[in-house]
Amino acid sequence: MKGEPREIGYLTYDVFKKKIDLPSRERLAKGPVAIIECIEDIPCDPCVEACKLGAISKASLTTPPDIDYEKCTGCALCVDNCPGLAIFIINMNYREEKALVSIPYEMLPAPKRGERVDALGRSGKKIGVGEIVKVRKGTGATFVVSVAIDKDLAMEARFIGIQGEINE
Amino acid sequence: MEKNRRIREHPIIDFERGKRVRFQFEGQWLEGYEKESIAAALFASGVKIFSRSKRFNHPMGWFCGIGKCSSCLMRVNGIPNVRTCITPVKEGMRVAIQGKKGVLPDEADIAVTKKEERAQVLIIGGGPAGLEAGITSTRLGLDTLIVDENPIPGGQLIKQTHKFFGSKQEYAGLRGFEIASIMLKELRKCGGRYLTETSAIGYYGKDGKQKFLAFKKREGDYQLLEITADNIVVTSGASENYLSFPGNYLPGVYGAGGVQTLMNVYGVKPGNKALIVGTGNVGLIVGYQLLQAGVEVKALIETMPCVGGYLVHAAKLVRLGVPILLKHTIKEAKGKKCVNGATIIAVDEHKQTIEGTERELDVDLILIAVGLSASTRIVSQAGCEKMFVPELGDWIPTHNANMETTIDGVYVAGDGSGVAEASTAMLEGRIAGAAIAEKESYNPGEAKRIKEEAFSELSKLSESSFLKAVTTGKSRCQQKWNEVRSRER
Repeated sequence: MKGEPREIGYLTYDVFKKKIDLPSRERLAKGPVAIIECIEDIPCDPCVEACKLGAISKASLTTPPDIDYEKCTGCALCVDNCPGLAIFIINMNYREEKALVSIPYEMLPAPKRGERVDALGRSGKKIGVGEIVKVRKGTGATFVVSVAIDKDLAMEARFIGIQGEINE
Repeated sequence: MEKNRRIREHPIIDFERGKRVRFQFEGQWLEGYEKESIAAALFASGVKIFSRSKRFNHPMGWFCGIGKCSSCLMRVNGIPNVRTCITPVKEGMRVAIQGKKGVLPDEADIAVTKKEERAQVLIIGGGPAGLEAGITSTRLGLDTLIVDENPIPGGQLIKQTHKFFGSKQEYAGLRGFEIASIMLKELRKCGGRYLTETSAIGYYGKDGKQKFLAFKKREGDYQLLEITADNIVVTSGASENYLSFPGNYLPGVYGAGGVQTLMNVYGVKPGNKALIVGTGNVGLIVGYQLLQAGVEVKALIETMPCVGGYLVHAAKLVRLGVPILLKHTIKEAKGKKCVNGATIIAVDEHKQTIEGTERELDVDLILIAVGLSASTRIVSQAGCEKMFVPELGDWIPTHNANMETTIDGVYVAGDGSGVAEASTAMLEGRIAGAAIAEKESYNPGEAKRIKEEAFSELSKLSESSFLKAVTTGKSRCQQKWNEVRSRER
């Protein structure tokens, strides 16, 4: 397969769409929901433990997690509990033009609300710009950073480059 | 000399540095912090050359940084061959590079006292496997003693700043250093003993069942401990594999674990621009940790056509803009006094280098993360049979499901019994601790229950394709153990 994940080290957008069973358009329109980008048989289950709504389950310790999008409210507790930093929250119901993408963040400088950032895709390339609208310090010092970006980037933006400039 | 190697700000760790101390290096006064290693204090002060090649006189640095290799040996307070990477720096210490000829210490420099110790369970190595074996056996009522040569307890857990995979039983979701402090607290609570800076230096069997070991303990003075134990669990861990390439001796070429120690335990920046050789989980994790410490990661290279570790670990690096170059290897480390560049080269499907594909990278740090080998010297000395496991590419002590070697009362667990990962190490340690209690009739029912539960946890882990080599290797190992035992009968 072109873009075979283990041959490039990440999921291309095409492979992502193929490998991950995404929420329906209707579910996305309702509001925040978790997208779990974990496709390997890693023995691991903190996401199951983290979800208080029972939306995440695993058939066995080593199977990739299953998520029930109807139970998921996009609370983001799983985001900072996933050791692989592989869970993201997408809110397509944030603003008319903008979606809100919440990502796990463990780098310096510490993210600040109101900051303008570069939106980076899974390949690390800049795909647009966004604004940090919320920062939560999650478990074990992992920040959950919510970034407002154009809706068409919501399924692609997975990291931020902090420019240090605050939007007034 | 380059100064300011101290990491002041870190997204995960608050470095608590001890009191400032002054020590002499080659007659020059330098500063370090109490509780940090001599090697870290030297490196933070800009000292990169730790020795010189006896034959070519070229400069050499430390390599493994975790007390396994011999590249950091120096003369400290007159005593030769001191492992500076695991010896804390002290006020007024005299540190010197060792010359080409060995010089015996003056009598006055060594004061050795002798002490006898007894334990029902002696555990060599206080990492995840050793701690788990210690907690389990102590809880079940045995008198347990853990000895570890490092100054800080917890083995390699203390330098792991990433959140652990696995299940809740093995503390999944917590960072390695947090797991270490929980386990140490647990050990203290149930009364297990733990001696730091204590190296196992010899094994002597005595009267069949009794095992007799001699250790030396460094606490200011040297102390020779004679420990008589009914059972021994060797959880000696593993050492970083090395790679052959021109310039591999240069300061700046370091093992991944040593770099983790330097930056995550002592808060010292290992370099500015890094190349990582190897994309197993160690390489991927340390790459991410370098970025957190403010080091630029120029690339990760890998001879295989695919990433070795978990995709989620690779994805974290790629989205941060770090290139992962597959089917590439290192051709040469450049520099005279220390690394100031690297040449990498593409390889074909037979792992042969392809001339003309060389590329120069501007780096001052080359990390070797090409796997680990089980540390088995103590079990070898004890006379335990070892076997070569092709799946692991390594010699491991032959052991059964209870983690007992071919010698009665000598157990193994963790990477020292075959390199796997931390969850496996903890479960194996738990099994060894419970198996000993069962054998010695200490809460045998409960011991058996704990053991069975750990077996079932291990079998859950073994369903992962990432642990296939370990699982196959270990079952081959158990088969061999049975053969050896039936032959003996």
